[in-house]
Amino acid sequence: MTSSRKLLIFGGMALAALGMLYGLYYAVLVEHQTLDHMGGSLAQSFTAAASSNLGQSQAALEQYGETKYDYVRQVDAHSHWIGLAMLMIVLGVVFERVNFSEGIRQLVAFSLLAGSALFPLAIILQTYHHGALTFKALAVVGSGLVIFGLAATAWGFARQRTLA
Amino acid sequence: MATVAKSSPVLSTFAPMSARRLYIFGGIALIAAGMLFGDVFAVFILHQNAGQQGAALMEASRAVADRDPAAVTAIFDRLGGLLEDRGTKVDAHVHMLDAGYLALLLALVQPYIALSRQTKKAMAGLFIMGGILLPLGIFLIRYMGLAYSPFAVIGWASVLADSAGAVLIFVLLVQAWGFWKYLQKRELTEPELPAEDSMSSRALLTGGTLLVLLGFLHGAYYAGALLYQHERLETTILQRMIGSASEGNLTAATGEVASFGNLAGARAVNIAAHSHIIEFGLLAMLLSFVQPYVFLSEKWKRRWVKVLLGGSVILPVFVLLELQLGLLAGGIADLGGLMVIIGLIGMLVGILRYTGHLDAAEGAR
Repeated sequence: MTSSRKLLIFGGMALAALGMLYGLYYAVLVEHQTLDHMGGSLAQSFTAAASSNLGQSQAALEQYGETKYDYVRQVDAHSHWIGLAMLMIVLGVVFERVNFSEGIRQLVAFSLLAGSALFPLAIILQTYHHGALTFKALAVVGSGLVIFGLAATAWGFARQRTLA
Repeated sequence: MATVAKSSPVLSTFAPMSARRLYIFGGIALIAAGMLFGDVFAVFILHQNAGQQGAALMEASRAVADRDPAAVTAIFDRLGGLLEDRGTKVDAHVHMLDAGYLALLLALVQPYIALSRQTKKAMAGLFIMGGILLPLGIFLIRYMGLAYSPFAVIGWASVLADSAGAVLIFVLLVQAWGFWKYLQKRELTEPELPAEDSMSSRALLTGGTLLVLLGFLHGAYYAGALLYQHERLETTILQRMIGSASEGNLTAATGEVASFGNLAGARAVNIAAHSHIIEFGLLAMLLSFVQPYVFLSEKWKRRWVKVLLGGSVILPVFVLLELQLGLLAGGIADLGGLMVIIGLIGMLVGILRYTGHLDAAEGAR
């Protein structure tokens, strides 16, 4: 098994385990409370308005917005880690069909793996500092690495067998 | 339809009633069933459910205008039910598809799982059973509720879904253990999948990677250009909706409910396009591995590949266009989904023909 394949298969498995563990922790300890809080805040904002308490209604609505901001990112990070991990494993199985030299394949595999780990991590970090520019930039770098890796892989698959 | 001869290395990787055969058949069947369910859901339930959610929000605004907090609470309870109805159906669709993808992935990695043939076969049977029961349980949650349940908050359908999920986790843990055993000896337990460099196989692999790439580019665009804007807009619309209702201005509140519906629609189509194009890409890549088992002429194989890849592009593109073109685009998107199902079933038929040919030869021996 070549180094690039090992990197993708073992890296993908580690990433899948990380994503599942995070999902398990999230489902057991965080998700239900978050959903209750989100639905409760929205209902409370309408109920408070019906009771003519517009200040409380506004506060509840802001809480709803902030809770939803976190919820969307937490679920996104979990699903992207696992989805990208599956992609890494599938690509790892056939990576010798990417018609580049092993050196280039290693570079592409590293780019895919680094991006797949970094991108969801940057999404999670955004829940700690809403709208932080550093974490948005990290997410852009992570997704850029995956996009570069995928474009190179597609090109490698499409090339006629000349190097293998 | 002409048939093609298969070489012996291909035959040795697809023994009758082997784990790999179960994973490939079961996986493709789960994916086809999951897609069919998704198509039916999109046509008959999704839009109606969205309409009911809008109506509930309108009623809540009216209750705010009437200064009736008790009515608001009752309406939000009903809204919760509507969201559960939609959520369980989406979850059933997604879990059935994902179990199918995992089954195809497990078919690929069987040579690296150092377990006996019987254990592998038993695990494959368990996995396919779990893959059927998990989405079935999720689907039934809404309809069974807490009927005959000995638990305070968990119904029998949830118990079925959770148990099926536990079966899937158990099978995956056994596979990980088998992989660990393989790493000790580094000996393949069965031949690897034959590497076919045919046009259909390469088209699926390249097309699949390009679909995933397109999905990623679209996701990056959505996250960069629209996500934050949509999040801000949602709170603003709700604020205006509540404000208008408090002032007794129901005409303005109705306008805000419509804006809220449009925003929810815009988010839904972007997320659906992003996830579907990536999932179809992954499916195309996984199907490229089973092409050596599709017992059809290269011409027919290419036809099914074109139908599948065509549908994989049409569905997400027209889902995105639903906001501009309305139901027409929705109908075309559903046709795209149908094309993927037809392509998938075409390949499944090819694999069934191959299996029949192989088993008949075994029986004659």
